[in-house]
Amino acid sequence: MTGLSFRYGERVALDEVSLSAEAGRFTALLGPNGAGKSTLFSLLTRLLISRQGQIRIAGHDLERQPRAALAALGVVFQDATLDLDLTVAQNLRYFSRLHGLPPRQAEQRAEEELTRLGLWERRNEKVRALNGGHRRRVEIARALLHRPAVLILDEPTVGLDPPTRRLLVDHIHQLCATTGMAVLWATHLIDEVDPISDRVVILHRGRIRAAGDVPVVLAAAHSDSLADAFRHFTPESPPAQEAC
Amino acid sequence: MPWLLALRGIVGREILRFLHQRERFLGALVRPLIWLLVFAAGFRAALGVAIVPPYQTYIPYEVYIVPGLLGMIQLFNGMQSSLSMVYDREMGSMRLLLTSPLPRWWLLVCKLVAGVAVSLLQCWAFLLIATLFGIELPGPGWLTVLPALILNGIMLGALGLVLSSTIRQLENFAGVMNFVVFPLFFCSPALYPLYKMRESSETLYWICEINPFGHGVELIRHALYGQVSWPDLGMVTAVALVLLALAVRGYDPRRGLMKRKGG
Repeated sequence: MTGLSFRYGERVALDEVSLSAEAGRFTALLGPNGAGKSTLFSLLTRLLISRQGQIRIAGHDLERQPRAALAALGVVFQDATLDLDLTVAQNLRYFSRLHGLPPRQAEQRAEEELTRLGLWERRNEKVRALNGGHRRRVEIARALLHRPAVLILDEPTVGLDPPTRRLLVDHIHQLCATTGMAVLWATHLIDEVDPISDRVVILHRGRIRAAGDVPVVLAAAHSDSLADAFRHFTPESPPAQEAC
Repeated sequence: MPWLLALRGIVGREILRFLHQRERFLGALVRPLIWLLVFAAGFRAALGVAIVPPYQTYIPYEVYIVPGLLGMIQLFNGMQSSLSMVYDREMGSMRLLLTSPLPRWWLLVCKLVAGVAVSLLQCWAFLLIATLFGIELPGPGWLTVLPALILNGIMLGALGLVLSSTIRQLENFAGVMNFVVFPLFFCSPALYPLYKMRESSETLYWICEINPFGHGVELIRHALYGQVSWPDLGMVTAVALVLLALAVRGYDPRRGLMKRKGG
């Protein structure tokens, strides 16, 4: 995205934001609450439209070719978006149809993704019977059914216990490496970033404060820990959380 | 093909959700049945209905109110769909729908078709129970009423969509019952022919005359007896198209439907 700005009335939510998520890499979008992450996700998913700036997804302009752009995008929203009274399989089938996957292919991919996340045996259970971590896994499996080129996740580990959080973070890192998918992962939890392989974008009060590989961001902040660098770039906000 | 798959997915989801919500199914049937079996029983003595089209002879009051109750089922179903749209928006599943790679107007049409499909299930279940209780309806009416129910369902579903695009929070929905559902239902020929209304008040009569729901009820009434009421058909079609256009406009991202949450 380039030069993206957005206002809610008089309040500026995003100001000239430019960032990119590279194919095959995990880009962590770090920002305290109220930084503008959710607005950014609403713009990326075309739930909001900005007249200023441009968004391209897998080469498609979101404004001019919204269908092609959205077809290349996988999304895990911050709020749960599963139908609690439908089974895991029914939820996935609904999504596949929204994305126009032929039924046989949809079933095959549902099996692959659920197996990969250890949920294939629970496909006929109602989502209501699953715990928070399992529901999140179902949402991730669902977001991958149409093989998106770009996967965006808006604080997907909020409310999950540490082992589940680790499992999801590792799973997405692995997916990046094996499928070549570009991942944009919004979080305010520093320990979800792999300092060796990940890119980091720090967003604060609607503006990009730092972006690049972890060593680049550390150097810019004259710091040797990402938590310190985060504090440096986001003054007057609550400290970022590290491993719990 | 992807368009039809989406239609199938959305209709399938709504029907599954409806069947899972047993209370909703029960509520949808109990409401009109109480009107039919209790209200009508008490009222039949007080209210004699003269012969009005499409009836060719005197009919019991229970028979008269069946089309109005079919309309009522669809009215409540349209509001229920609207409520579930507001709920979906609050709970996030609306985002999932709106980020699928299909034109937004088509997604809304799919939602509408899904709501109509659910209302048809309710209407047929109601007709079946009414028949079991001895209400006499013409046999072919079960089929001839179908196009009228579809059209009326589209109009009321589109009304629901328009409301859901303007109502921001679930809590505000109670007002809809007072300001939309009750006036539409009572200012219509659902429970009494409009000539009765004219005997009481000319103003009220004209309010009833321009009520689109009333035209929907008359469309259903005629269709149940194998007749087409062209003025009602025209009115219902026109209102449905206008409401649908307003709904599409209401869900246009440029107008910022989702503009409610920062962060």
